Amino acid sequence: MAEAHPVGFQWVMEAKKRGAKIIHVDPRFSRTSAVANLHVPIRAGADIAFVGGLINYVLENEKYFDEYVRAYTNAPVIISEDFADTEDLDGLFSGWDPENRVYDAETWAYQGGEVAPASGARGMEPGRKRQVRQAARGEAHGSGGAAAHPDPDRDDTLQHPRCVFQILKRHFARYTPEVVAEVAGVPEDQFLKVARLITENSGRERTTAFVYSLGWTQHTVGVQYIRTAAILQTLLGNMGRPGGGIMALRGHASIQGSTDIPTLFDLLPGYLPMPFAHGDDDLDSYVQDESVQNGFWANTRDYMVSLLKAWWGDAATADNDFCYDYLPRLTGSHSTYETVLAQMAGTCTGYFLFGQNPAVGSANARMQRMGLANLDWLVVRDLVMIESATFWQNGPEIETGEMRTEDIKTEVFFMPAAAHTEKSGSFTNTQRMLQWHHTAVETAGDARSDLWFTYHLGRRIREKLAAAARQKAADAETILGKAEALEMDRPILDLTWDYPTTGPQDEPDADAILAEINGRDADGKPVSSYTQLKSDGSTSAGCWIYCGVRADGVNQADRRKPGREQNWVANEWGWAWPANRRVLYNRASADPDGKPWSDRKALVWWDEEKGKWTGHDIPDFVADRPPSYRPPEGATGVAAISGIDPFIMQADGKAWLFTPAGLVDGPLPAHYEPQESPLANPLYRQQHNPVREILSHPQDRFQPSGAEPGSEIFPYVTTTYRLTEHHTAGGMSRFLPYLAELQPAFFCEVSPELAAERGLEHMGWATIITARNAIEARVMITRRIKPLRAGGQAVHQIGLPWHWGPNGLTTGDAANELSHLALDPNVHIQEVKALAVDIQPGRRPRGPALRDLIRSYQQRAGITDETGTQA
Amino acid sequence: MSRAGGPETGRPGTAAGNGIPAGGPAGASGGSAGGNSDPAGGVPGLAARVRERFGVHGRGQHERDQHERDQHGGDGHGQAGGPRGGNGPRGGRGGRGGEQLVVPRARPDSYYGKPILKAPVWRSPEVPGYLFLGGLAGASSVLAGFAQAAGNHKQAKASKIAAAGAIGLSGVALVADLGRPERFLNMLRVLKPSSPMSVGSWLISAFGGAAAAAAACAVTGRLPKAGAAATAGAAVVGPAICTYTAALICDTAVPAWHDAHREMPYLFAGSAASAAGGLGMMAVPVEDAGQAIRFAVLGAATELTAKSLLLRRLGEIAEPYQSGLPGQLMEAAEVLTAAGLAGAVLASRSRTAIVLSGAALVASSALTRFGIFEAGLASARDPKYTVRPQRERLAAKERAKERKRVP
Amino acid sequence: MTAQTSSQSNSPQRKPPVAAHSASLHDPAAYAGYEDHPPRMGFFTDTSVCIGCKACEVACKEWNYVPEDGLNLLGMSYDNTGGLGASTWRHVAFIEQIKRPGDAVPGRPEGSGDSVLTESVLGEFSADGSRWLMSSNVCKHCTESACLDVCPTGALMRTEFGTVVVQSDICNGCGYCIPACPFGVIDRREEDGRAWKCTLCYDRIGDGLEPACAKACPTQSIQFGPVDELRERAQLRVAELHEAGEPGARLYLEDPDDGIGGGGAFFLLLDEPEVYGLPPDPVVTTRDLPRMWRHVAAAAGALLIGGLAASLRRDLRP
Repeated sequence: MAEAHPVGFQWVMEAKKRGAKIIHVDPRFSRTSAVANLHVPIRAGADIAFVGGLINYVLENEKYFDEYVRAYTNAPVIISEDFADTEDLDGLFSGWDPENRVYDAETWAYQGGEVAPASGARGMEPGRKRQVRQAARGEAHGSGGAAAHPDPDRDDTLQHPRCVFQILKRHFARYTPEVVAEVAGVPEDQFLKVARLITENSGRERTTAFVYSLGWTQHTVGVQYIRTAAILQTLLGNMGRPGGGIMALRGHASIQGSTDIPTLFDLLPGYLPMPFAHGDDDLDSYVQDESVQNGFWANTRDYMVSLLKAWWGDAATADNDFCYDYLPRLTGSHSTYETVLAQMAGTCTGYFLFGQNPAVGSANARMQRMGLANLDWLVVRDLVMIESATFWQNGPEIETGEMRTEDIKTEVFFMPAAAHTEKSGSFTNTQRMLQWHHTAVETAGDARSDLWFTYHLGRRIREKLAAAARQKAADAETILGKAEALEMDRPILDLTWDYPTTGPQDEPDADAILAEINGRDADGKPVSSYTQLKSDGSTSAGCWIYCGVRADGVNQADRRKPGREQNWVANEWGWAWPANRRVLYNRASADPDGKPWSDRKALVWWDEEKGKWTGHDIPDFVADRPPSYRPPEGATGVAAISGIDPFIMQADGKAWLFTPAGLVDGPLPAHYEPQESPLANPLYRQQHNPVREILSHPQDRFQPSGAEPGSEIFPYVTTTYRLTEHHTAGGMSRFLPYLAELQPAFFCEVSPELAAERGLEHMGWATIITARNAIEARVMITRRIKPLRAGGQAVHQIGLPWHWGPNGLTTGDAANELSHLALDPNVHIQEVKALAVDIQPGRRPRGPALRDLIRSYQQRAGITDETGTQA
Repeated sequence: MSRAGGPETGRPGTAAGNGIPAGGPAGASGGSAGGNSDPAGGVPGLAARVRERFGVHGRGQHERDQHERDQHGGDGHGQAGGPRGGNGPRGGRGGRGGEQLVVPRARPDSYYGKPILKAPVWRSPEVPGYLFLGGLAGASSVLAGFAQAAGNHKQAKASKIAAAGAIGLSGVALVADLGRPERFLNMLRVLKPSSPMSVGSWLISAFGGAAAAAAACAVTGRLPKAGAAATAGAAVVGPAICTYTAALICDTAVPAWHDAHREMPYLFAGSAASAAGGLGMMAVPVEDAGQAIRFAVLGAATELTAKSLLLRRLGEIAEPYQSGLPGQLMEAAEVLTAAGLAGAVLASRSRTAIVLSGAALVASSALTRFGIFEAGLASARDPKYTVRPQRERLAAKERAKERKRVP
Repeated sequence: MTAQTSSQSNSPQRKPPVAAHSASLHDPAAYAGYEDHPPRMGFFTDTSVCIGCKACEVACKEWNYVPEDGLNLLGMSYDNTGGLGASTWRHVAFIEQIKRPGDAVPGRPEGSGDSVLTESVLGEFSADGSRWLMSSNVCKHCTESACLDVCPTGALMRTEFGTVVVQSDICNGCGYCIPACPFGVIDRREEDGRAWKCTLCYDRIGDGLEPACAKACPTQSIQFGPVDELRERAQLRVAELHEAGEPGARLYLEDPDDGIGGGGAFFLLLDEPEVYGLPPDPVVTTRDLPRMWRHVAAAAGALLIGGLAASLRRDLRP
C-alpha cells in the first residue's frame, strides 16, 4: 500500500502512531514491509491457502465472534443434501458439468420448504449455464442480487452436519499450519504469529481491517481470494464495524466510480445487470429475473424504470416499456479479452481507448497490438502519445518483422485528453466516497475532457442521424420501410442529450450530469434517497445508488468540512453512497438488541425513546425498524428485513459464509494453483480452478504446470507489481522527467540465490521467457526477494514492475508481453500476479530471432494448443 | 575481461537454440564494469579525470566513457561520463567471480561508497596554476622590493616584470574559472573576512595595481618616485598574496586541505619564495643573482620543512598526498626542489647550473601546487577521509567524558 | 558594504569560537542583522516514518523549477538520484539491511552502527528484523554555515527566517561554497554556471506556506515549523522510539552545541549518520579560520623577513 498508494498510506501510519499493528503479506519486501510490524513473504498465488489457514485456526480454536456469527451470518443455515464439497470430490464441488465446464449451482442452495426460489436464480438454470458463465452473472450477484431462499431451514445450535458452520469447519479442516507452510511457503511460527495478532485484535473491543489490491484480484481465482477474506472477517465479527472491513485498493483513481456507473459490458449503472438477448424479453421478465424477493433488490423495477427515464426522458413511457427495448442485449461475454480475439478475428473493427494503454498495459500485450493492428479505426484519447497509438510505427512486432507499417490498415485517431486538473467532476474512491474537483486550469491546444468528447460526439451523431432520418422519411419507399428505418436510430435520437455547456470550448456542465445521475422526482426536484424512486415513470435517476449526491440541489460531493469541525466519521466531507453511509451494513456494529458491542467500538445503535436508529455514522438500516421487528408471514421486499438482519442488500439479510449462488466457481474458496505454476497442487488432484476462463489462441499458448512434463522449462514464479514512482502502464509517468528519473529503467528483482543459480549480475541484463514472449530487464539483485520452500522444493520468485514500454523518456520492455489470457471466471480479470517463467542472463534476441527463441521454448516444453487448457 | 564489454556486446548475436541469448554475459557485465571504473571509486577514476583535464586521453579515459555508455544502454538516457554512473568498487558492485553481488550493502563508513563531500569544481590548470602564479607574483614583488632597496636594479626590474606578468595571468585564470565570468566584478561587492576568496579578491586588486605600476615604471623608466612607491606597496602586499591562498583552500571541508591549515601557509610561502627566487636567478647575470639564490634557498628549505611537518601530522589524511597522481606530482616536486637547492648552493658560479637550478625550483613549486590541489580532490572523493577523522574525534570526546565521570 | 558584511556572514572573525554558542548565534537571523524577525524556521525529518515515496523530490523540483538530473539506474536499491546536488535539493536514501541465514549480525551491513534490529518498532514481530531504511536528505541550513561564510560575493545570504539562500542574480559561480559545505549539499549546475541548493522554499514560507517537500510528504516524515518547536517534538519522538524498543533512534544535527551550531534542518536517524551518507561529526570549517589567518599572517611576515635576510649581505655574490 505504501508502494502503490503512498498518499492513502498516511492513514495507516496515523493508525500505527496510535498503536495499530501492520502486517504485510507479499512475495517481496516492499516499501510497505519497511514500515510494517511484520512482513510475511508468501508464494505468489497461494493466498487462499494462507487465509484459509487463518479461517481454520479461528474455527479450531473457537476464536470466532460467537454471537455475531450466530445472529448475523448464514452459519446456522442448512444446505441442500445434494451438496458435495471439494474435500469429498478432490477439488471439485457438486454440480460439476465436465462437458460444458460449468457448475450447476442448484446443489449449493439453501434447504427450504420449497425448491430454490426462482427470482434471480434464472441465471443458474440448466441451458443458461454457458451464458451465465460467460456473461458473468456473478458480477451482478456480487452486489447482493443473488438468489437465496428468504426463509431457509436453520439449526441455531450450529450442530447440524449440513449447516453452513459445520460445512465450513470440514472444508477448511485441512488448511493446517503445516499445510499453509507447504503450500504458501510461510513458516509455521510466522503463520501462527499472524493468526495470534489477528484473533487477539478482533472481538467486542477490537476490530481488524484487511486491505488488498490487485495482488488478490489478478488471479484465475481472484474473486475467491476476496471471498476467503470475507469469510474470515465475518467469523471474527469485523464486518459493518468501525476499523473493520475489507478495503479494496484500486488500480487508479475512481475505479470504484467506473463500476458504480460502469465501464463494464455486463452492468448498467448501480449494478443493474445488462439484459440478455434471450430471456429478458421485456421489462417484466427482466425484473422477474433480476430482482430478488427480499431486501432492497426487491425494488429493482423502481431503479430500472428511473434509469430508463433518465436516459430517454419523455420518450420513455409505460406503453413502450420505458424504452427498455432500446437497451443493448448480451449474447455472451464481451470482456476486454474476448474483444481482442474479436479484433483479431476481424469481427470487431472499431475501438475507443479512453486513457487505457493495452499495447503495454493488458495481458499478452503482443496479442493486444495484433488486435489493434487488425482494426479499421482506432480512437485513442490520452495525455501523451502512448504505445497503443504508435504500435503501427514502433511496436515490437515491427522490430521482429511480424508486422510492417505499410500493411497495417488501422486508421488511428489520437485525441489529446484533458487532465483531471483541467476539468470538473468527481472521483469515487474505494470507500464509495465521491469527492468533487474543480477545473484548475483551462485545457491547452486541442486537449478536451472525456465529457466534452462524449457529449459533442453524441451531439454530432444525433444531428447526422436526424438529417438521415428526414432523408429516409422522404424516400422511404425506395429504400427499406420507413418505420423500420427510423426505429433503428431511435435509441440515439430519443436520448436526453441536452446538457448545458460553458466556456469557450462548450464544456458540458459536469454538475448538470451529476444532477441527472442523482435523479428527480415527479416535480423535477432532486431526490434525496433511492427510496423515493418509483416504477411508474414519475421519477428518474441515472444511478440509483447515487441518489442523494445532489440532495436539496446541493452538490454534496463538493463538501469540504474539515475533520476537526465534525465527529470522527466525518460524514460532511464529500458524499458516500448509499445515502452518505460511511460504513456499509453498520447495523452490525450493534448487537441484536441494538446496543453497541462495546463503547469502544460504538458506531450506530437503536434509540429506544426516539424509536429510531442513531449514532456517529448514518445507520445503514431501515431508520425506524426496531431490533425486535420480525417480518410478518409472506412479507416481501424491504418489509421482509427483520430487525436483526444487518446485511440489507442480501436476500436473507445475513452475511454469507457460504455462497449458495452468485459465484460461478464454487460456494467456498479452495486453493487452486495458478494457470501456470511450477508446483502441483499440494491439496487436491484438481490443479487449477476448473471453471477458469481460458482464451486459447495460437498467439496465447499456455505452459505445462506442476507434474506435467515440460513444466521444468519454466521453473520460476514471476509476479508483476507497481513502483511508487510510476503509474499503471506509464502514460502518466514515463513521459515526465521528474518521475522518469526516479525509476529510469525497467528492471527485475531477483534474490542473490537465484542470481547465483542463473549467473545474473547486479545491474546487468536478464532475459525473461514464457510461452508467449521474452523480455529483457536490468537485474536488481536484492535480499528483499527471498526464496521460499513450498511443495517440497525451493521456489524462486522474480519481481517485475510492469510500467514500461517503447515510448517516453524511460523505455523498456513491457512485463505484459509475458502474460496470458487465463481469466477469473466471475469477473474476467487476467492472471498477472503469478506466472511461471524462465530467466537467463543477457539481453533478449532482436528481430526474427526473438520468435525463434519462443518457438524453441515451446518445443522444449512440448507445448501444444491443448497444453494448460484442461479443466 | 569484463572491461571488454563495450556497447556492441549489449546487442545479442544469434539466439542459441537453448534460448540463451548470445552475448548476454558480456552485456551483463557492462554494468558492474562501469561501476568499477567510476570516478567515485577514487584514484583510478581520478587519474582518468586528471588525464582528461590535461587533455591526455589515455586508454582508461576511453574505457570509462565506454562503460558509461554500456551501463546506460538500458534506458538510452545515460549521461556518458556523468558521475552518476554507479558507485565505486567499495559499493560492493562489480568483481566478476567474486562474492555474489547484491544491491550493494552500504560500506561501513559510507553510503554505497559515495563521497560525503562535493569535490571542488575548480578546474585545473586554472586554479592550481593560480596558486602557483599568485605565489610567484607575490614573492617576486618581495624580491623586487628588497633588490631595489639593495640597489640590485637588474634583479628588481626582472622580478617586477615577473610579478606583473604572473599576477596578470592569475587574474585571467581566476576569471576563466568562474561559472559566470561576466560577473567577476561581484567579487568586489562586499568585503568578508570570513571569506579568504573575498579578502583575496581585494588583495589581488590592490597588489595587481601596484605590481603593474611598478613594472611599468621599471620598464619605461618614467615616474621613478611613483615606481618606487608602487614597488614598496607591492612588496608589502606581496607576502599576503603568497600565503592567503593557503587559507583559501584550507578554509573548506576538504580533509587533506583543511586539516593541513597549520602548515599550508608556510609551505605556500616557501614554495612562492623558491619559485620567485628561482625565476629571479635565471633572469639576471650570475653576479647579480645572489639575492635571488639566497631567497630561493630559504624558500625551498622552508617548503621542504613545512611539507614534511604537514605529512607527519596529518597521518591517514596524508595518504592522498602520497599516493596516486598527486603523490607522483609531490614526489617529482620534491626531487626537483632538492636538485634545485643543491645546484643553487653548490654550483652557484656556473650560469648554466644557476639557470637549471632556477628552472628546477620554479617547476617544483608549480608541481607542488598541482599536487596539493589534486590531493585535495582525492581526499574529498573518498568518504573514509571524511568519516574516520570525525569518528576518531567523537571517540576522543567520549573518552574525555569518561575521564570526567571517573575522577 | 560593512552593513553587507554583517548581514551576509556569521564569520568567526567577529565571533571567537568561545562565543560560538552565544544566544546571538542561536538566533542566526538576529545575528545577521535582522532586528525584529519571524522565528527561525526549519525541517525536522523523521526517517522512522519515511516510506520512500520521493514525493519530496518531485514536489521540490516542481515548485522550484529544478531541472531533471539524469536518467540513470544506479543499482543503489531504489535510489536513482544518488545524492543532493545542484539539480536535486531533496534526496531520499535507501539502505537495505536484510537478514540472510548466516549473517554475522542480523541484516547489518558490517559495522553499520549498533542499533538493535530485532523486535524494533519497525519490525516488532519481524521474523528476522530486516530493515529497509529510507531517509529524505536536504540542505541543513546550518546555524554556522560555511557556504555562507566563504561566499565572496554575498550571493549566499541569511534570511529573516534564519535560513540560507543563494541569490542567483548575484552568484558568479566561483564555486567556493561547494568544498566548504561539510555535507556536500550545494553544487554548481554546469550548464548554468551558478551554485544551487535548497532555499527552504523562501518564496513559499514568506507567504505563510510550508515548503513544497513538507507539503507533499504523506507521512509527516518531513515536518516544517519553528526550529525550537521542532526540537521539542524531535526529543519526544526519539524518547517514544526508545520506549518502543528502537535504541538505534538518534537525533542528528539537533544539538546547538555541535560543530555547525545545530542544523535548521535536522533528522531522526535509525543508524549511524555515515550509513545514510552523512558526516558523523561535521564542523564548520570557518571555526578554524581565525587560526588560519594567524598562520597566514605569520607566514607572510616570515616571507618578508626571508626577503630581508636574502638581502642582508652587501656583497651580491652568494
